[in-house]
Amino acid sequence: MTDMHPADRGAAAEPASFAFDAESEAQIAALVAKYPPGRQASAVIGALYVAQGQMRRATGSAWLPRVAMDAVARRLSMPPIRVYEAATFYLMFNTRPIGRFHLQVCTTTPCWLRGSDAVVAACRAATGIGGWGETSEDGMFTMTEVECLGACVNAPVIQVNDDFYEDLDAEHTERLIAALRRGEPPAPGSMIGRQTSAPVGGPTTLTTLTPGTPGAAE
Amino acid sequence: MVKVTVDGIEVEVPPGSNVLQACEAAGKEIPRFCYHERLSVAGNCRMCLVEIEKAPPKPFASCAYPVADGMVVHTETPMVRAARRGVMEFLLINHPLDCPICDQGGECDLQDQALGYGMDHSRYAENKRAVKDKYLGPLVKTVMTRCIHCTRCIRFAAEVAGVPELGATSRGESMEVGTYVERALTTELSGNLIDICPVGALTSKPYAFIARSWELKKTDSIDVLDAIGANIRIDSRGPEVLRILPRVNDDVNEEWLADKSRFSLDGLKRRRLDACWVRRDGRLHRASWAEAFDAIAARLQGLPGARIGALAGNLADAESMLALKDLLASLGSFNLDCRQDGAAVDVSRRDFYTFNSGIAGVDEADALLLIGSNPRREAPLLNARIRKRWLAGRFPVAAIGPHGDLTYEVAWLGDSPRLLLDDAQAFGATLRAAKRPMLILGQGALARPDGDAVLAAAWRLAGAVGALADDWHGFNVLHTAAARVGALDLRFLPGPGGKDVAAMVGGGVDLLWLLGADEFDAARIPPDVFVVYQGHHGDRGAARADVILPGAAYTEKNATYVNTEGRVQRGFLAVNPPGEAREDWKILRAFSERIGRQLPYDDLGALRARLEQLNAVFGRPDILPRFGASDMTAPAGDPAAITDTPLRYAIADYYQTDPISRASPTMAECSALYTAPLATAAE
Repeated sequence: MTDMHPADRGAAAEPASFAFDAESEAQIAALVAKYPPGRQASAVIGALYVAQGQMRRATGSAWLPRVAMDAVARRLSMPPIRVYEAATFYLMFNTRPIGRFHLQVCTTTPCWLRGSDAVVAACRAATGIGGWGETSEDGMFTMTEVECLGACVNAPVIQVNDDFYEDLDAEHTERLIAALRRGEPPAPGSMIGRQTSAPVGGPTTLTTLTPGTPGAAE
Repeated sequence: MVKVTVDGIEVEVPPGSNVLQACEAAGKEIPRFCYHERLSVAGNCRMCLVEIEKAPPKPFASCAYPVADGMVVHTETPMVRAARRGVMEFLLINHPLDCPICDQGGECDLQDQALGYGMDHSRYAENKRAVKDKYLGPLVKTVMTRCIHCTRCIRFAAEVAGVPELGATSRGESMEVGTYVERALTTELSGNLIDICPVGALTSKPYAFIARSWELKKTDSIDVLDAIGANIRIDSRGPEVLRILPRVNDDVNEEWLADKSRFSLDGLKRRRLDACWVRRDGRLHRASWAEAFDAIAARLQGLPGARIGALAGNLADAESMLALKDLLASLGSFNLDCRQDGAAVDVSRRDFYTFNSGIAGVDEADALLLIGSNPRREAPLLNARIRKRWLAGRFPVAAIGPHGDLTYEVAWLGDSPRLLLDDAQAFGATLRAAKRPMLILGQGALARPDGDAVLAAAWRLAGAVGALADDWHGFNVLHTAAARVGALDLRFLPGPGGKDVAAMVGGGVDLLWLLGADEFDAARIPPDVFVVYQGHHGDRGAARADVILPGAAYTEKNATYVNTEGRVQRGFLAVNPPGEAREDWKILRAFSERIGRQLPYDDLGALRARLEQLNAVFGRPDILPRFGASDMTAPAGDPAAITDTPLRYAIADYYQTDPISRASPTMAECSALYTAPLATAAE
């Protein structure tokens, strides 16, 4: 992280204005409808996510400029500072511009034990990014160190934007980044082809059951 | 009531109280940082930990734990002490050790409590966190590294001040308190942030590095920069007033103080009149008291009483107004007025010109109509009360007057005073449905040619909607001048055949005595009128004067003021008047002797006895009995005479309303920052 003040970050890239497009408006209306009238502020996190999504659509960088947070505040009739508080509290909101692909690399103990150091090194080598929170020179990638993503069974894990890529090692990571760079993101999930979080190499239990018999998976 | 035992002491507290309040009731002092009795409970500093029997064996944050009947609380067990010590150690991890250069030093909650619960050394060897300071405007200085995240300021801004502009951004170690966008707080109550901050994170910008709290002499007094009469403490060192702080008075200002009252004090040292001046050949020359008195006496020679007049200013105290009134009476003059704005008034009954519900009465009201009054500018502390009542719920507020942001929801009915004539348009149904409806009539509605008609119409509306009941008086006049109600109580008004302010200023007198009167256009006084200005600042009145008599500002005299409620309060002398300046009643007493019409009092006691003789209310300082409306007779004035001229508020610029705040560089800075953009936006 840089030591810039949160309000200064991204100030250079701050757009002059922000208005919800039709797609965002529809999403926010659906969010607001979930809460009783007068409690529309409850939709703030969802609305921020919508605003960040619109920024991704419009600029390729999923971040929240201040004008976007102000637009959320206006839309939900809440003081802007309450929106800034929520947006700066949650790590999934970026208050400064990020790359097209947000590489959120898990380095918590299970991933670390399973080789996240190699994954981090591979990310650095493939993107040219020096430190956490930085964006590659071509603007394609931003690397962030995150705490447990809850996919420890398939450690080590990287979350790229909204998708998990699991069972990584240095080679898979390099391949993943190359694919992202080409604009051909692979299917999310295990990179070594295992089914969800089932044992590597196929099932080891309940192998005798056949579909259709009682107790078998449908 | 709920019975709670605290350290063996049995106390009864109302249900819904928290354990901390029960402990206080038992006389136990509970250390705290985030808890503040006038703010919502946050429960995040964890300093107020106590032990509760038959509850899970852990320390409880007493501020956030409700009492239950039969609860047994311990505040001094080893567990409690160890827990508080642990909390203190964590708080001090990131708190800088800069007490010697911190303005909070000596009156710092953290410093005091660290003495009780802190360790003699730190076990933390790593680097402390450093936080960039924030900009909160010209009044509040920030040193955010000292912040302990109690969030009192955030809650104060959102709840009391009604400007939700402060917040805590980011989280954990990176959490910072601020506005995020580096903008000055838009509130007239920002000074209170300094008081509620338990550490030195928010301190006073104008007072930065000026003094230490223990060097100061503390004098109780009354604020005069608006008509609320906030209770203040004047901190002085030698001849200088260095700081003004609020005193607790739940009936008036609770524990808050508005920014103008708190920060105008640098105006007390600037543009002061500290010597007599006499105009000779068109220019003012320094003079002695004897020369000044001689000049006035010479002009008085042979002047009939009807050609002598006096105007009292907005900051005048009751004693000096009485002395001036008696002096003019001895000269045969009834040309007196205290209403520089020409406001309509009917003094036949006191409840025609006071704030009868009382400021604390706002808490009991259940509907409010503002008529030509912008309380945010005219009386920020009253506005905070109204907001507090509004936050409690079921409090519809409507206003007749130009739109403005009052920090609560207001139904704006329009700006024509003729709306008062029609219940249906003037919020009548809502007021009628309310048990304790309240009307607040501002000076903007009275200081106009049809002011008496507006006064009568407002009274009639109050009667019609049930605001005038046996046990509730919902008719309120909000004054803007601290001197006004006292002056009206003294009848500092045109006597039989006397001239009013317009007649006097318009050439109806040959000698005009201005007692601190600066709020009228002195250029309207014809050139041949001899003007005596008695006051403390070289402002508009002094510029026109032929003789200037230097008086004392409110911090420099023992004086009585009556606030808008009609509450008589006394301020005390904190510092002596500068140079040749003297207390105002003494000046008048001395002059009366010079012209051989000696006023019959030699000391303050005798003068106050005379005050009481004139109006019994002066004999009961601080006490304000609540009363209902016994007599429905309306003030004089024909409601039908109301014109369609739109209402305007009495105060356009909150920060510059009187000679003191106009002389204050701090207030000038605030005015440029806050009021100037508003004026531009309105154009």
